[in-house]
Amino acid sequence: MELLKVRDLWVSIGDKEVLKGINLDIPAGETHILFGRNGSGKSTLLMTLMGFERYRVERGTIVFRGEDITHLPTFERARRGLGLAFQRPPTIRGVKTGDIFRACSGGRVDYRTLAAAYDFTDFLDREINYGFSGGEIKRSELLQLLVQDPWLVLLDEPESGVDMENLNVVGEIIGKLLQKERRRENREKSGLIITHTGFILDYIDADKGYILNEGRLCCVGHPRELLKDIKKFGYEECARCQR
Amino acid sequence: MSEIKARAEQSAAKKAALGRDLDLLAFSRQGGAWDYDPDYRSFDPEERRRLLNAGVELTDEEHAGTYLQADARVIHCRASQEGVEVLPITEALAQNPGLTDHLWRLVAVDADKYTAQAELALDNGYFIRTLPGVQVLAPVETCLYIKTDRFAQHVHNVVIVEPGSSLHVITGCTTHPGVRTGLHIGVSEFYVRRGGTLTFTMIHNWAEDVHVRPRTGVLVEAGGRFVSNYILLRPVKTVQMYPTVTLAGEDAVTRLQSIFIAHPESELDVGGRVFLKAPGTRAEVIARSLSLGGRCISRGHLVGEVPEVKAHLECRGLILAPEGYIYAVPELEGQAAGVDMSHEAAVGRIAAEEIEYLMARGLDEDEAVATIVRGFLSVKIEGLPNVLEEELERAIQETGKGL
Repeated sequence: MELLKVRDLWVSIGDKEVLKGINLDIPAGETHILFGRNGSGKSTLLMTLMGFERYRVERGTIVFRGEDITHLPTFERARRGLGLAFQRPPTIRGVKTGDIFRACSGGRVDYRTLAAAYDFTDFLDREINYGFSGGEIKRSELLQLLVQDPWLVLLDEPESGVDMENLNVVGEIIGKLLQKERRRENREKSGLIITHTGFILDYIDADKGYILNEGRLCCVGHPRELLKDIKKFGYEECARCQR
Repeated sequence: MSEIKARAEQSAAKKAALGRDLDLLAFSRQGGAWDYDPDYRSFDPEERRRLLNAGVELTDEEHAGTYLQADARVIHCRASQEGVEVLPITEALAQNPGLTDHLWRLVAVDADKYTAQAELALDNGYFIRTLPGVQVLAPVETCLYIKTDRFAQHVHNVVIVEPGSSLHVITGCTTHPGVRTGLHIGVSEFYVRRGGTLTFTMIHNWAEDVHVRPRTGVLVEAGGRFVSNYILLRPVKTVQMYPTVTLAGEDAVTRLQSIFIAHPESELDVGGRVFLKAPGTRAEVIARSLSLGGRCISRGHLVGEVPEVKAHLECRGLILAPEGYIYAVPELEGQAAGVDMSHEAAVGRIAAEEIEYLMARGLDEDEAVATIVRGFLSVKIEGLPNVLEEELERAIQETGKGL
């Protein structure tokens, strides 16, 4: 079953057309990887899926678990099982990290035990993202998703700004989010992940990769193969080949 | 005529340095002839609710003492713990004329026409003293209550925390549900002796057209600690207050915290000034102001007079309505090398990205705004009674709705 079905999606930010006719299917249990140079529209796609106001859908549909969510507000999407880890989340003074974990849990998950398992208890009483290092921000974002337990995990460069020591933890949490401990056919959770380095591929069995170029998806293939080509030939060549 | 009286006379028409000037003749000096009420029987349910919203529980239980003044009349006054004195100031002065030395030492009688009125036409006020070394665990609850419309209440309070003792005073200031306008002039002089601790929590819950002019001076001796919490969540016409704390002895410490909300038509000019006069003294002034359409001026002034002092000032304001206004005025004044003083001031609105961030976690827009506002106003307040914490929480929730 397709968990996410995007059809002919055109999106603008202000006067600028950023996404130009995206078609994308992510079946349940699959993880797809999004490559592309800076400014190609990768983050815009994730933000649009999450329903942020700034990203105006001009045309097309987003269907999630059989329901057209194209015009649903962000919180309704979150409640239906879309979860986004922000690349650069805001600092909200006075709001405790624990308060947000509690909001994510909706009373269903024991977030304190989960935080303890990832050595994150001390952060629960700190103001969200205030004075956090790059690695701590990523850990916080991913643990929030773990508590939220979404059907579709949207990750925007989960490895950026993370030191080597934290990379393993980050990879481990992503693996857990995407049920990588299960056999492929038993997985239910899906992911759409933006990566530049491909580091994350060591922790998940990604199923499919795309290159996003000037607002259009091109070059569909196995993510490791795509990454190899990008490293070898650069995005320019990949964009030209239009595989 | 005494010198104090003469100075008051001379200042009877003197405008205050800050805040809107008020015509004292617009208010009445005819308060109600309220009877003394030893067991709080004279309050109807609506009145009780109103007093409760100002933190006034109307009980002697779990209080080391209580003082309740309605208009000019003292209607309840009691000390419930040994080592704690609670008296109307007029009675305390009658019993011990030497106490006059404690009046007008920390607040100048000729500061403005409001201080002058407190001398020339005093109604009453509370006198609270703890004996040396006495640890007062339960708070002393005081209430300054305007029960008659248009009444101008003139109060002079003195608190003395003797060496090594500790005390928490919770003052609720409010009006009867039938009162529309009025004026509250409250002069307070607090003495925290060597090694003593005074926590002073003041909750204002006035009516929409009431004007408020507190005038507070605090002296903290060596090793003493003064913590002030000020909470104003409900509509009021004008408030202008600028309490001054003098840290006179080595290692004296103070922390002044205020949370205030300016509703439409409200004008709030609230601040705190600290003089650090001895080595090792420390001060922290924290203000959270929120405008729902009213005007807020948030002041703070730290004066480091000697080396080896440390102080921090934090004024943060959030404007939640298009016509809202917040003016933050943080001032640092170092008068010697070796002072360590800093400030942080920020005024703004809630960023859209903060709301979206929380919405991505499943909160709807109202819940997201309420969470952000609650976080903004979350200043740790020591010893706040449960009922008041709930009231604070409720007011914050309401504030967050529909924005």
